[in-house]
Amino acid sequence: MIRFLLRRLALTIPTFIALMFITFVMVRLVPGDPIEVRRGERGISPERLAQLRHEMGLDQPVWKQFLDYANGLLHGDFGTSLVSKSPVLHEFFTLFPATVELTLTAMLFAVVLGVPAGVIAASRRGGFYDQTLMGLALTGYSMPIFWWGLILVLVMSNTLGLTPVSGRTDLINYFYDPVTGFALIDSLLSGQEGAFGDAVHHLILPMIVLGTLPLAVIARMTRSSMLEVLEEDYVRTARAKGLSWTRVVGVHALRNALIPVVTVIGLQVGGLLAGAVLTETIFSWPGVGKWLIESINRRDYPALQGGIMLIATIVIIVNLLVDMLYGLINPRIRHAR
Amino acid sequence: MPGDASLPAAAAAPAPPGPFRAFWRAFRENRGAVLGLAVVGFILFVAVFAPLLAPYSPIEQFRGFSKLPPFWVEGSDPRFILGTDAVGRDMLSRLMYGARVSLFIGLSVMVVSMVAGVALGLSAAFFGGIIDVIIIRVMDLIMAIPSLVLAILIIAIIGPNLANTIAAVTVVGLPRYVRLVRASALTELTRDYVTAARVSGVGRFRLMTVTVLPNCLAPLIVQAALGLSDAILEAAGLGFLGLGAQPPTPEWGAMLADTRDLMLSHPWVMAFPGLAILTTVLAINLMGDGLRDALDPRLRRS
Amino acid sequence: MKIRILLGAALLASSMLAANAAEAAKTLVYCSEGSPENFTPAINTTGTSFDAARPVYNRLVQFTPGTTEVEPALAESWTVSPDGLTITFKLRPGVKFHSGVNGFTPTRDLTAEDVIWSFDRQSKPDHPYAKISGGSFDYFNDMGMPDLLESITKGDDDLTVIFKLKKPNAPIIANLAMDFAAIQSAEYARYLLDKGTPEQFDQIPVGTGSFEFVAYQKDAVIRFKAFDGWAGKPKIDNLVYAITPDATARYAKLKANECQVMIAPNPADLPEIKKNPDVKVLEQAGLNIGYYAMNNLKPPFDNREVRKAFAMAVDRDAILKEVYQGAGQKATNLIPPTMWSYDESIEGVEYNPEKAKKMLADAGVKDLKIDIWWMPVQRPYNPNAKRMAEMIQADLARIGVESTLVSYEWGEYRKRMQAGEHMTGMLGWTGDNGDPDNFFGVLLGCNSEGKPNSNNIPKWCNAKFQDVVNRAVQITDQNERAKLYKEAQKIQAEEMPQLNIAHSTVYEPIRTNVKGYKVSPLGAHEFQNVELE
Repeated sequence: MIRFLLRRLALTIPTFIALMFITFVMVRLVPGDPIEVRRGERGISPERLAQLRHEMGLDQPVWKQFLDYANGLLHGDFGTSLVSKSPVLHEFFTLFPATVELTLTAMLFAVVLGVPAGVIAASRRGGFYDQTLMGLALTGYSMPIFWWGLILVLVMSNTLGLTPVSGRTDLINYFYDPVTGFALIDSLLSGQEGAFGDAVHHLILPMIVLGTLPLAVIARMTRSSMLEVLEEDYVRTARAKGLSWTRVVGVHALRNALIPVVTVIGLQVGGLLAGAVLTETIFSWPGVGKWLIESINRRDYPALQGGIMLIATIVIIVNLLVDMLYGLINPRIRHAR
Repeated sequence: MPGDASLPAAAAAPAPPGPFRAFWRAFRENRGAVLGLAVVGFILFVAVFAPLLAPYSPIEQFRGFSKLPPFWVEGSDPRFILGTDAVGRDMLSRLMYGARVSLFIGLSVMVVSMVAGVALGLSAAFFGGIIDVIIIRVMDLIMAIPSLVLAILIIAIIGPNLANTIAAVTVVGLPRYVRLVRASALTELTRDYVTAARVSGVGRFRLMTVTVLPNCLAPLIVQAALGLSDAILEAAGLGFLGLGAQPPTPEWGAMLADTRDLMLSHPWVMAFPGLAILTTVLAINLMGDGLRDALDPRLRRS
Repeated sequence: MKIRILLGAALLASSMLAANAAEAAKTLVYCSEGSPENFTPAINTTGTSFDAARPVYNRLVQFTPGTTEVEPALAESWTVSPDGLTITFKLRPGVKFHSGVNGFTPTRDLTAEDVIWSFDRQSKPDHPYAKISGGSFDYFNDMGMPDLLESITKGDDDLTVIFKLKKPNAPIIANLAMDFAAIQSAEYARYLLDKGTPEQFDQIPVGTGSFEFVAYQKDAVIRFKAFDGWAGKPKIDNLVYAITPDATARYAKLKANECQVMIAPNPADLPEIKKNPDVKVLEQAGLNIGYYAMNNLKPPFDNREVRKAFAMAVDRDAILKEVYQGAGQKATNLIPPTMWSYDESIEGVEYNPEKAKKMLADAGVKDLKIDIWWMPVQRPYNPNAKRMAEMIQADLARIGVESTLVSYEWGEYRKRMQAGEHMTGMLGWTGDNGDPDNFFGVLLGCNSEGKPNSNNIPKWCNAKFQDVVNRAVQITDQNERAKLYKEAQKIQAEEMPQLNIAHSTVYEPIRTNVKGYKVSPLGAHEFQNVELE
């Protein structure tokens, strides 16, 4: 197991080096200039521009900039944002908890609803429930989430007034420090009554919007995986032995059916982060997805390349963990590689 | 099927009517898939004949008739069945021409991805070694960056327009094709018929394209159908962020973005482009599910 | 059932708590547009950043809330020498600084040292804080301060500051009321330098303003609390900025009383907002201009008749309706009507596509193909450049001109336009200090060799116009200056270098229980005199 893990870790090293290089090159290739863009209609004189570029180190040869950047990365320094002038790492980790909170709850939402939906559909194969649930799942799978978000805001918030439109907390009544950065935890730590409920209230709509796609994928996956398992001999045997249907499905079949579902959950992480970009934009959610888009628009090179590096690292690590988890659940895979 | 493929010539010949009829029989059983096919066919028809079907030009502005609701809502104008947009262009006409844009993007991405995916996937599988490692690493790299961020970055570099949208969406979706082709080719390579073909002296290129490829087609076709709907969604997402087709092109995602400020006051203007995207993607996915079940029951998992 | 009762009790308790809290402390929430870059105005360029720092700081002089008039602030009074080269400021005695949330406690009141420190940081490259936060002192340089300032020195006592100028300049007092001229604490700067954390200076602000900085969470919230300073204690206890980039979301929050003042409503939502009985919509003619420029250096736009024909072809009423959603007024002159020296006698261009078509034919122009550039961003003077471009494109098609729409990334766009790469395109301007020169000199000015300045987007140089504008900036008598600027407006109307499209109206919805709030024509948001009922 350890050898397997080490080998997988070693394999990611070239990926990181390539990633470092590619983010650097791509970010430089984007036309535009970080100084020009923040000047609005005012503009800037060529002399002043040259002076500022020099101060920011943008006039150095590109290879030198790359070496500085790579050297910084080796020492855990992701550079300084050109806009806020604060360290990229610091900026990333103040915003990251919001994204994690959003994606984790969205995932939870998807699993909690998706697995039962899949199981029900599989056990009523071809019936009314199966067709309805799978129809809904396919609709969710086909949903343009930016539109879905706007429609939900329109209906739930503006028309029915059920949920807040944006933000993470009610700013008038609750005031607590971002100790962990997770509003759900911080609100509990603050001890203020109602703060936790308020945080949940703000989270619901973004969670549903982001959770819709994984929900659909998980429901479909659970169903097909379940159907396959139900065909297996041991399930038939268990049925023949006279075990109740609930027991067969709930204990024997489900456990085995969930193995591929776990992988799918892991694979959704990358997709979730992509979805988070749009969701955060729609709900003014202060996370890293929105920050990355803004960094592109502002040509904030250090923030952009640092942010992409960090997110890619996280995706790679999560995929590695999923692989390991899969290896634990299903030992055959280790030897197959 | 692998059995008769040991005679490469037979596999190269166009598929005999037999398997196709069998496929159609299986496909027809799935009512959802048939419905999907019908809707896709309808949208395709509208897209192709948009100039004949659309009541107006998609870019003609009727001043004084802006932001009209659809015909069943009070305050509508019978001349504009689905109402008009923010500058008085006919919504129905724009949606019809928009189908052209969206399908064109989707199909282009699909074709380019198929070709590139097959080329890269087969090369990785056949040459192995360093080529395989490089291709797979690059694909991992692409997958590690959130797709939308990568697509935005690519478009920021090469500039926003229709062709570049296609390029960006292709790059972002490519790893799935490459991995799929590589995986199925690797499986096929262990089969007896391939060994037999090798022994009988079939050249490497011929082995790749004529012997192995046809047997990887079924999953690839399914992936292509799913890839089509993904591409349409991604392109609409980019359009929504203002990075897709440029004005006054009636692209659905861009139409949504253009009217976001009217969300509260004139929700209809925003509702239709979204519905159009949803319907198209849903229909393609329904069809794709049917394709998958009919082509290869083993694939039901993916 | 049990759960429901519990939940109900909790809800009741929390709402009671909230009610108590509201009674105990008056909190005003302002729905702002975005995160500030940092809290030092001197190194910022955006209105959002200035707004975020404004509660904390004061300047020597300030704009009277709701106007562009200058009034004393940290300086009680000032005198200008007869040659116009020396300005002596008398500082207000006993002005207290805030304590910093990082442990800083001030030991003295405001003195000349603080004023000198604040300007030295921007002007002296060897200043210990010159490089902190990658300092680029954009406004200081843009307003021409390096060319204007000879020296800033202490006078006879600690409360006297003397500005020596290289040449007389009428608008400099107004410039010193701008945000970049905020006075910061020299003692705080030294404290942080000793502590080894000078970068905190621009993140944790310490000033003399009516509100003390409490906390900031990027993309979420900025918190301030009232400070009993020289201007008196404000009537609200807490000031909170809720960062809400989406205009529709901002209004939803206002509606739910989650905030009481909001910036920039969506123009399309205004009719609905005005119907809300809990909300009052304040409005103020904006100090701005959105225009459509024709590049005078590129034929056929070197021909005045062609430019006039284009101006006549554009249906600005429709643009006002669909792009500004009524939140603006059709522009006749370059400056808005609220600015002094505005010429009422000038008649606007009429909309007449037939005549425009004929004028084009008379000028011998046919089969014209042009490009129309549109900004990729929303600006105060142009809420939707893309829509405007689509409409102008349709208008021009009516007079037989074929056009393609072009856009670039925002920084790139402005740069290319300043370089004159466009044939036609849109841009605009928001005034900085209420002085007409800030429009005429900047937007249509040319240098002594008759080359257009970079911000002169139509690339139009007219010797007569230039002479008038040059003369107006060197005299101090406002009536004389007004006469000259009126002449400049007549020349512009005659020559039509560009089509002035609109001055947008600034709308700010506030809850009806907010009193004393004034909309600033300069786009500032100030809460010093605001009350909550």
